[in-house]
Amino acid sequence: MPKTKIITSDQSEGRELTFEILKYNPTDPESKPHLATYKIRETPGMTLFVALNMIREDLDPDLAFDFVCRAGICGSCGMMVNGKPLLACRTRTADYPEGKIRLMPMPAFELIKDLSVITGQWMDRMSRRVESWVHKQEERNYSRIEAPVEPDRADATFELDRCIECGICVAACATALMRPDFVGAVGLNRIARFEADPHDERNDADFYELVGDDAGIFGCMSLLSCEDHCPKNLPLQEKIAYMRRKLASVK
Amino acid sequence: MSDLIEGYLGKRADGTKSRMPALLDRWQSITGLILGLFIIGHMFFTSSILLGKEAMYKETKLFEGSLFLEKPEPALVSIAAALIFLVFIVHAGLAMRKFPYKYREYKMLKTHAAHMGHTDTILWMLQAGTGFAMFFLGSAHLWTMVAIPDKIGPYASADRIYSEHYGVLYALLIAAVVIHAMVGLYRLSVKWGIAVGPRPRAGRRRNKKMMWGAILFFSLMAYAALATYWQIGREHRGSYGERYTPSAMQNRGDVL
Repeated sequence: MPKTKIITSDQSEGRELTFEILKYNPTDPESKPHLATYKIRETPGMTLFVALNMIREDLDPDLAFDFVCRAGICGSCGMMVNGKPLLACRTRTADYPEGKIRLMPMPAFELIKDLSVITGQWMDRMSRRVESWVHKQEERNYSRIEAPVEPDRADATFELDRCIECGICVAACATALMRPDFVGAVGLNRIARFEADPHDERNDADFYELVGDDAGIFGCMSLLSCEDHCPKNLPLQEKIAYMRRKLASVK
Repeated sequence: MSDLIEGYLGKRADGTKSRMPALLDRWQSITGLILGLFIIGHMFFTSSILLGKEAMYKETKLFEGSLFLEKPEPALVSIAAALIFLVFIVHAGLAMRKFPYKYREYKMLKTHAAHMGHTDTILWMLQAGTGFAMFFLGSAHLWTMVAIPDKIGPYASADRIYSEHYGVLYALLIAAVVIHAMVGLYRLSVKWGIAVGPRPRAGRRRNKKMMWGAILFFSLMAYAALATYWQIGREHRGSYGERYTPSAMQNRGDVL
């Protein structure tokens, strides 16, 4: 049943916000997916993190959602906000002038309950698939100082290493939604990251073995929703095109 | 033997992954580029009617080899149309790999595109839809050009559009082909990172503006040309089948 209790305590001057939130517990046979409606008063500088906690605190203690850092660093609060995949902790209610916000869990990932999804399983599968670790023939001697890396190359690697695996690029990507085996922008970015890393000795042919197919780089349709929604502004458009050019020329 | 191994295992005989996905992706883009550029030229050529019947007539004869043949040969148009038809079929076959095949895939895509409101995603849906429409519209047009290449000209084309009712087919085809080709060329630039310049994000914004401009320009031009052909065909309906004779030949009493 929709819940419409209105909080009017000490924030009575704020405008009224209407939240529609998916409620569903796939592990409970009695649970039926439906949108529950909640109305709360907006507070100054309110984010979705604040609003969801307020709803859980005062209206629905059963509501499930994920947050850890509240600062756009951990990537755990990705959700569909009025159809767009966003980090809830960085999304302000003031960005919605009509005061109506519909929250859905990110598609492409397994649903735990309500807004809570498991991105970890997907990311783990992707990491293993693209062999997301430095490949080096030589045995590493940890007692010796690391060889210096050219600043430009280090910057290029760190730039792509900023990915927080929030899953937003996957949830934004129509290809990933239609084709569950598609490696996604996060996986292609990971390949580009190791290609840039001077420590990694893999060559283009090695990367081709990992993503040289229609579930990899050649399955990407360049809809670029990943680029447009990435909360870390990673250069996905540029790097996917770069890897496509490189891998398409592998003999 | 290697075909058998690749067919069953998706790998080549030396154990490495098949290079076919790379080849297919490349050829999808190459054939798309050929068709996109062809369409731009084609729309300019057919729109020569906006400059008058004489201009359109001269251009038609040019494509029939009037520059190097004593007598223009419509078979040249047939050959060119057949080649384009071949590229068209290859492109359609390769692009089909990306279509949503199953109801669940289609439903997911439709819901996602509608709710997210992401322009490029919606444009791709339009591209897939217009591509599907062109299986029929484009094939019908191309086959006409292969089968009856001699029926191109200020009156012949206008008669086809008005009296033979091809106008409806062309009205639908123009919308499909302009959207499909211009979005396709834009997507090619971002897909391969070509013609985006040193600042890819700015390059993409610029190319997208150019895409919208091109869609508007070519739509206006092509529909203006179609309306002109339709008007000529309507005025010429009493003499349906009569061919256009340029003014210079009329003076000589010569008719092609």
